[in-house]
Amino acid sequence: MRNGYHIVVCGSIVPDPLQTLEPIETPGGPALKNEMMLPAVLDPWASHALYEAANLASKVAGSKVWLVSVAPKAKLQQVMMTVAQKVSFELVAVDGPASGFGDAYGVAAILADEVQSIAGLDRSRLLVFGGWESASRGAGVTMQLVGERLGIADQFQGVDQITTQADGSFEVLERIEGGRHQVSMCSGPPALLGWATGNLPEPRNNPQVGMANMRTVMPALQRAKAAALAGSGLRFLSTTPPKQQRQTRIVKNRPVEEIAQEIVEWIGK
Amino acid sequence: MSAPPTSTEVSRSEMVVDIACVGFGPAMGGFLTTLSREIMNPEGTPQLESIVSPGLPLQVMCYERADALGFGVSGAVTRARGIRQSFPGLDAAAIPMAARVKSEKLVYLLDPIGASNRSVALRLADKLIRTFSWTLPVRHHALELPYIPWFMQKHDGLILGLGQFNQWVGEQLMGSGTVQIWPGTPVAAPLVENETVVGVRLADQGTDLQGNPDAGFLPGMDVHAALTVIGDGPVGVVGRQLDQEFGLPDGHNQREYALGMKMVIELSEESGLEAGTVFHTIGFPEPEIFGFLYVHPDRLASVGIFIPSWFKSPVRTGYRYLQHFLLHPYLWRHLQGGTLKSWGAKSLQESGRHGEPFLAGNGYARIGEGSGSTNVLAGSGVDEAWTTGVQLAEAVIELLEQRRPFTRENLQEMYVRRRRESLIGEEARIAGDSRNGFASGVVTGMLGMALAGFTKGRFSLSRDFQPLPKATSELEERYCDRIPRHELREIAQQCAEAGISAHDCIMDRCGWPRIPLDGKLLISHQDALLMGGGVQAPAGYANHIVFLHPELCHKCNPKLCVEMCSGQALTRGDDEVPAFDREKCVFCGACLWNCRQSVDGEHGNIEFRAGAGGLHSTLN
Repeated sequence: MRNGYHIVVCGSIVPDPLQTLEPIETPGGPALKNEMMLPAVLDPWASHALYEAANLASKVAGSKVWLVSVAPKAKLQQVMMTVAQKVSFELVAVDGPASGFGDAYGVAAILADEVQSIAGLDRSRLLVFGGWESASRGAGVTMQLVGERLGIADQFQGVDQITTQADGSFEVLERIEGGRHQVSMCSGPPALLGWATGNLPEPRNNPQVGMANMRTVMPALQRAKAAALAGSGLRFLSTTPPKQQRQTRIVKNRPVEEIAQEIVEWIGK
Repeated sequence: MSAPPTSTEVSRSEMVVDIACVGFGPAMGGFLTTLSREIMNPEGTPQLESIVSPGLPLQVMCYERADALGFGVSGAVTRARGIRQSFPGLDAAAIPMAARVKSEKLVYLLDPIGASNRSVALRLADKLIRTFSWTLPVRHHALELPYIPWFMQKHDGLILGLGQFNQWVGEQLMGSGTVQIWPGTPVAAPLVENETVVGVRLADQGTDLQGNPDAGFLPGMDVHAALTVIGDGPVGVVGRQLDQEFGLPDGHNQREYALGMKMVIELSEESGLEAGTVFHTIGFPEPEIFGFLYVHPDRLASVGIFIPSWFKSPVRTGYRYLQHFLLHPYLWRHLQGGTLKSWGAKSLQESGRHGEPFLAGNGYARIGEGSGSTNVLAGSGVDEAWTTGVQLAEAVIELLEQRRPFTRENLQEMYVRRRRESLIGEEARIAGDSRNGFASGVVTGMLGMALAGFTKGRFSLSRDFQPLPKATSELEERYCDRIPRHELREIAQQCAEAGISAHDCIMDRCGWPRIPLDGKLLISHQDALLMGGGVQAPAGYANHIVFLHPELCHKCNPKLCVEMCSGQALTRGDDEVPAFDREKCVFCGACLWNCRQSVDGEHGNIEFRAGAGGLHSTLN
C-alpha cells in the first residue's frame, strides 16, 4: 500500500468484566444499575481490533488510526486515560449510552455517520475495524450494519489475522466452525474487518504515547456530540438477566483438560 | 544518583516536565485542582509558563499505580472544610455516593457472644451497663453514648465514597486539559542527585516476577522534573524511599498504623437507615477494634473496621473480624438482607505528626497521608490530605510567579510554613500526642485522647510505642489465659503443617461462632475478592512484595504477614518463606507493618515495591 491505510476502529466501553452487573428498568428503558459508577474498560473485542490496527499502521508507512466511540463522555474520558497510553490513534467521540441496550441499527447509523464525517479520510485506503462481537452488545451485527451503511461490500467477521501485500491487497483469516480458519484474499480497501481475538498481546503502557494521544483525545471529548439513542423508539417488552450461579474455587497448576472436564460436569449438573 | 531498585543497566527513554506527581488520592486532587485553575489565562494563553518548554503552559504529569482513578477502597466521613473551600457551593448530589451527614452516633458495642478478649475492667464496665440497661440507652447489645466529643464530631460534614470522589475530581481535572493524570503507571523510585530529587523512574514493564527483562521488556522511563510532588499514601513506594534516603526528622518515627477493611453494602428496603447516617463504634469485635457505618444515597452503606498496630494479638485477620462486626445485633438489624457490592482494605498511617517525614527538600514536597497529615485525634484524614495539597499548590503558584526555584528553603518558607500556620497545622499540633495512651491499651488510650482533646493538646500521656517488629505479643502470651499453652502450641504447629494461618482455629477455640454464609453478604474471604470488585495482576511486572532476608522467615511463627494479609495473597510457603500470589493482592500494605523479623530493629523484613493492578472497584 503505497500511501498507507486509513484504519477506523469502531469500539466502545463496557463495564469492567470483574464487576457484577444488574439490569434495571428506568423510565428511559432498560439500563445497568449504577452504570456510571462502575469501572469501565474498552470493549475487549474492540481492544483487539485497536491493537491490530495500530500494529498494521506501524508496519505500513503513511497509515493512520482513528477510534470512533459512542459512550458516556465522562466514562470514555476515564477509559482513554489508560487506552491512550497503549497505541497511537485519534479519537472521534460521541456522547451516548454504552449499556448494551442500545439498538444495534441505531448505533451502527451513528458510527457510520461519524466515520463518513472524519476529515481527510480516503475511502480508497479505508479499513474499518471493530469487534466481531461485543462484551455488551452481543447481537454481533453492529459492524456488519456499519459496513452496509458505508457501502463496503468486502466484509470479514471473526478475523484473527490480516497479512498485507505491497500492492494493498491482503489475506484474511476468519474463524469458522471446528477451530479452523477460512482464508480469503481481498484486493484492497475499502473493507470491513470484525475482529475476533487476533494474535497480539496487550501493548505496554507508554507515557510518551499517552502524551501524544492526549493532544487530540481531550479536544475530541470536548466537542463530542450527544447521540440520539435513548428513547429513539426502541421498546423492550422484557429483559431477563442470565441466571448466575457462582461457585468459586481458585486452582493453580492444574492441566486445562482437567479444568475443562470439571466445568463440563458442573454445567451438566 | 541513588540506584532505584529496577533494571538499571539498560537504556531508558527520558522525558522532562515541570512538575511530576506521584499518586492520585485526595491530597493530589487538592494539589492539582488548585494548580490547574491558575495554569491558563481565560483567553487561552499560559498564565504559568513552562520552564522546560518555553511558550507552553506548565507541564504537569501525575502517575497513579491503580488501573484507573479511584480504584481501591475507602469510605470516609469528613468535615470537608478544605474540599468545600475548593468547591464553593458544593452540592453533594453532584458526587456519586456523597451525602451530607444528618445524624451521627458514637456507640459502645457490648459483646453478645462472650468471645471477645476483654480486660477485667471492661468486663466490669459491661456488667454495669447491662445491669443498668433499664435506665441507660442500651439496646441490641449496645450503648448509644449521649455525647460525641467536639474533636470527633463530623456534623454537617460529608460522607464520601472515596473512589467516586477521586473519579469526580479526576474527571474535572482531565476535562480542564491543563494537567495529565496517567493511571496504570506505577512509579518505581525517586531520582536523587546530590540530595536533590530530580524526578521519578517509572516501573519496568515486560519483566519476570523477579524483575528480570522478559518478553516485551520496556524499561521504565525517567521523568525529570523541577518539582516532584509525592502523594502516594501511607505505604507509597516513593515516599518510603525518600524516608530511607533522607531519614525522618529527629524524634520522629512511624510506629502506628491501622488496617481499614470495609464493605460497601446495598441495604435491603427494610434496613431503616437514611442517607447521611453515621455510626462510630467501639468495643466489638475486640475492644481495640473500632468500627464505622456510613450511609450513602441509594441504599448503599460503607461498613468497616480498623485494626490498629497496637492491637497486640497475633491473631488479627481482618476479614473474619469484619464479618463478626456485621453480625453484631446493633448493626445486623440494619444489614440483614443486604448484598455485598464492594470490598477492600487499606493501611492508614496513624502516627500523625510523630510520623511526619521531611515535608520538603530540594526538588520535592510531600503531601497527604504519607506526609503525616491525618488528624489522629479526630480520626480524620481525607480533608486534611486535600488541604495539604491545596497549600502546596498555593506555594508552588507563588514560587512560579516569583520565578524562584523549588529549593528546600523556598518550599519550607512557602509550603511548610503555610501548613504549620493553618488550621490543620494547629489541629495537628493538638492531636500530636493524643494517641500516646494506646501503647498501654485501649482504655488508657481513650483516656489519653480525652485528655489531649479536652485540653487542646496541653496535656497528654507519655509516649512509648515499640518499634513495629516488637509491637505484637507472642501467641502464648496473648491467649494463655484462655487456651492451655500445650494446646496453643499444637494449634500453631498443626496450622503451620497445613500451611494455613492460625487465626480461624484460634478464634474457633475462643468461642467465636462460625459465620453463617448466605452467599450475598456473608461470603467467604475469596468470594469477597471476586464479588467485591475483583483483583487484577497484569503480567509483565515484577512482584511488589519482596522478603529481604528470607532466612529470617524460617524462624517466624505464627507469621504475622500471613495472618494479617487482607486478600490471603500471602500464604505459608513450602520453605517457610511466605508465598506471594499477586493475583490476590489488594495493595493494602498491611504486610509492611506486620512483620516481626527485622535487621535494624525498626523495620520489618518485607519490602513493598512498585506494582501494578490491585482492586478493580470504584463503588467505594
